[in-house]
Amino acid sequence: MNVQAMLNALPQLLGGAVLTLELLALSVLLGLLIAVPMALARLSATRWWRWPATAYVFFFRGTPLLVQLFLIYYGLAQFEAVRQGPLWPFLREAYWCALLAFTLNTSAYTAEILRGAIQAVPVGQIEAAKAVGMHWSLRFRRIIWPQAVRVGLPAYSNEVILLLKTTSLASTVTLMDLTGVARTLASETYLTVEMLTTAGLVYMVIAFILSRIFMLVEWKLSADRRPPGSGAWRTLLNPLSRPAP
Amino acid sequence: MLSLHGFGPLLLEGAGVTLRVTLTCTVLGLVIGLVGAAMKLSRFWPLRLAADVYVTVVRGFPALVLILLTYFGGVTLVNQIARAMGHTRYVDVDAFTAGTVALGMIFGAYATEVFRGAILAIPKGEIEAAHAFAMWSWLTFRRIILPQLWRFALPGLGNVFLVIMKETALVSVIGLEELMRKTEIAVGYTKQPFTFYLAAALVYLTMTLVTMIVLQRLECRANRGVRTGDGT
Repeated sequence: MNVQAMLNALPQLLGGAVLTLELLALSVLLGLLIAVPMALARLSATRWWRWPATAYVFFFRGTPLLVQLFLIYYGLAQFEAVRQGPLWPFLREAYWCALLAFTLNTSAYTAEILRGAIQAVPVGQIEAAKAVGMHWSLRFRRIIWPQAVRVGLPAYSNEVILLLKTTSLASTVTLMDLTGVARTLASETYLTVEMLTTAGLVYMVIAFILSRIFMLVEWKLSADRRPPGSGAWRTLLNPLSRPAP
Repeated sequence: MLSLHGFGPLLLEGAGVTLRVTLTCTVLGLVIGLVGAAMKLSRFWPLRLAADVYVTVVRGFPALVLILLTYFGGVTLVNQIARAMGHTRYVDVDAFTAGTVALGMIFGAYATEVFRGAILAIPKGEIEAAHAFAMWSWLTFRRIILPQLWRFALPGLGNVFLVIMKETALVSVIGLEELMRKTEIAVGYTKQPFTFYLAAALVYLTMTLVTMIVLQRLECRANRGVRTGDGT
């Protein structure tokens, strides 16, 4: 292993990591925006809401992301209407296609996490909220959502870290993300193992930081369940500590 | 409705390769997982540390990076070993081997955690009771631990299997002619990317669906004789 070459490549790789983080942040945010209504549609009593949402989730969870990405990036150009349409300036760019694919993919997984979390809210509380005359939106905002977030957060942090690793597929549609830069450097320097290993280690560091951020959020949200005097920093700085159950 | 212009058999051939990669790396992953779980639960700390490092690194790297690393790094490694052993000819590592090893390593890392949890879920009293009946350790393992290990591990292993089956699509990046690569070939001839990638997606969906049905059957079988509450 040529450690010096790995260190020399680090600045360029970190430049690629910026694009990785950008794709991750945007697709997580947009994915969440789609996931909330999708989870509610999955739980709807009306089958015209439930069935399309179920099909959406099944398609995006049942097929490889690479297929979804290629379907959007290469596939959409097959249609004349798309190429003449107003969205073509976006859809011909690899960046927007990758962002769209990641967003749709993560929204399906997040919708399932949210569905499980919403279902975990005790029925009695919802009945009680109805009994005191809370309207549907107030009930959701005050009773269901705050509890569902706490239940769903550990699974959601897993999903975000999986998505971080998944964004490496952006390199297959010519984008210069962390993996893309590593692959280019590898073919320029012939130090393939060194470049890919460094990139992988950068992913690990980002994943570690992300998991700590989620632990902090979980800690903040668990004020009612944690023992007195357990400081946030002590929890966060201990590399072996796990979030509260 | 979906005209494949005679490329259907080509896609099915690719699906066969996808299936072969998935099944081969499942076997590899199960073996790694069992060994890894045994190491994680070992009383000897270097073994625990080695298993911890393995699981952390393999789960921390993106699958694509790991596949590329195994493919390009594997050739270098194999040739260095071959040269050290006195071989002078260049040894090639094909995409199937590299892809299967990479995915098998990923399967193994996730399976390690699944198996570890499953072993810990077996009531300790049952193992003590088996010893009290003078069952020696292999018999205890075969009659008491293994059937329950399978039952506790099956849901987790099923999830890992479904994830890995979809990740085999990434092996197309190093040129293995599985479903995804065959689809790219068909797209190259017909210039109909949407049609063919959608067809590939439907094949993957079918494989997912069949797997889910098989898993449900297996879980039913593994849980026979177990009383479960109805949640009331």
